[in-house]
Amino acid sequence: MSFENILFEKKDGYAKITLNRPDVLNSFNEDMHIELRDALKDCQKSDDVRAILLTAAGRGFCAGQDLGDRAVTGDSGPRDLSLTIEKFYNPLIRLITSIEKPIVCAVNGVAAGAGANIALACDIVYAAENASFIQAFCKIGLVPDSGGTWSLVNLVGMARAKALMLLGDKITAAQAEEWGMIWKSVDKEALVETTESLCKHLAQQPTTGLGYIKRAANAAPTNTLDQQLDVERDLQKLAGLTDDYKEGVSAFLAKRKPNFTGK
Amino acid sequence: MPIDMSPYIAGHKEILTSLSPDRVLTIQLNRPKAYNALCTQLLKEVSETLVQATTDDNLHCVVLTGGLKNFAAGADITEMADKTPVDVLNDSRQLYWGIIRNFSKPMVGAINGFCLGGGCELAMHCDILIAGRTAQFGQPEINLGIIPGAGGTQRLTQMIGKSKAMKLILTGQFMSADEAEKAGLIAEVCEPEQTIEKAQSLAAIIAKKPPIAARLAKESVLKASDGLLQEGLAFERKAFALLFATQDKAEGVDAFMNKRKPTFKGR
Repeated sequence: MSFENILFEKKDGYAKITLNRPDVLNSFNEDMHIELRDALKDCQKSDDVRAILLTAAGRGFCAGQDLGDRAVTGDSGPRDLSLTIEKFYNPLIRLITSIEKPIVCAVNGVAAGAGANIALACDIVYAAENASFIQAFCKIGLVPDSGGTWSLVNLVGMARAKALMLLGDKITAAQAEEWGMIWKSVDKEALVETTESLCKHLAQQPTTGLGYIKRAANAAPTNTLDQQLDVERDLQKLAGLTDDYKEGVSAFLAKRKPNFTGK
Repeated sequence: MPIDMSPYIAGHKEILTSLSPDRVLTIQLNRPKAYNALCTQLLKEVSETLVQATTDDNLHCVVLTGGLKNFAAGADITEMADKTPVDVLNDSRQLYWGIIRNFSKPMVGAINGFCLGGGCELAMHCDILIAGRTAQFGQPEINLGIIPGAGGTQRLTQMIGKSKAMKLILTGQFMSADEAEKAGLIAEVCEPEQTIEKAQSLAAIIAKKPPIAARLAKESVLKASDGLLQEGLAFERKAFALLFATQDKAEGVDAFMNKRKPTFKGR
């Protein structure tokens, strides 16, 4: 695989994907969509990738859709915006949530529009303290996409979600952390180091079990407690059959460090 | 859950079978590279297995599955390419479908991944369906210029109602496991890894029931719609064969095999 719009590297058991169109704040065009999808699919099927780090180059994280890209505006009248959503954004969000490995997002600068919501679809979100999140859609007459209306409501509650989406206010990383929209805001200088060592740590954890945790968490918002208890029972049964569970228990009993294979 | 691979009938290549001590026979379609497409040999092996199972007192219930990846993506399109309407009317596949239809012991289906076309029709021959969360159901035959030919138009309509059945059959779109459960096509959704196991435990419960009562219960439930069904199946079969005379079918199948978009002319 060769990429022009993203950087893709594998090290220490995890894969790092860097959106790399810094001159346009890493906004999405078709090519970047296709490359990101191919990279994520590669991570999904590669056993040697046990965690994924998504970040971006330059001063911003992602400005969402490249409004200059031909997919959105055309000479022959208005474009049907649902087409790019159906073709690119929805499959991307579905892919991020269906990969049963932890996905860490390092938001290095402004995350606007779909850029914010792609970050929020990841499993553990870190942001540099100078980063910000903006639901810019309302300012140009659009609706938050890429799962934003769903993830914001679930992450910060209806009151905050509605105000964020209707006003399009910029939220700082610190505010986002305080509201539980992201996991942590860290010093700008510490972002790379923090998220890379986190991924290195995750890559040595029981990957299959972590995948089940992600599956259960993703199912929770639409399930009743009753249904979710069944989901937990079923996933625990599967988790109890993994090699890593055996290893975890025997390491605990022997008071040694476990050596997880991810299986 | 891996199943014991010892063949129930020696020489079968397209299916795997295992007979458990609790009198459940599991049949697994086994053409993973072809997404378990239902070639004639596979149908033959399934029906031969069911013929033997009918008189075997060591088993009271059957689990039919395609494994943890896909149930079956449809008929084997390559076999379909050169068939004429007469070939379809004389097709041995009809004999095998008849045996599967008339199998008298309860059969539980464990469905994952693609359950499409002939695959969906085969699944609907089961008495109870359990599906993994990521399973997809559909009757996309119309994309090939044909229609479901193994009871899909009849059973799907019975199971999910006219409007939903029409939507699947006329658009060729797929239905998720959750939608299928809501619509009544399947009895239960579970984690994909657990479909076979769940189907087998359900089958084990059924296998402990008095077998003659279970058999007659199955037959009685099927009688609820049987009268109309026979007539509908016969009509569907002829309509299916008739479509093999159209240019659109030749175009649809050719386009599918060559991975291009078909151009239908209504001829």
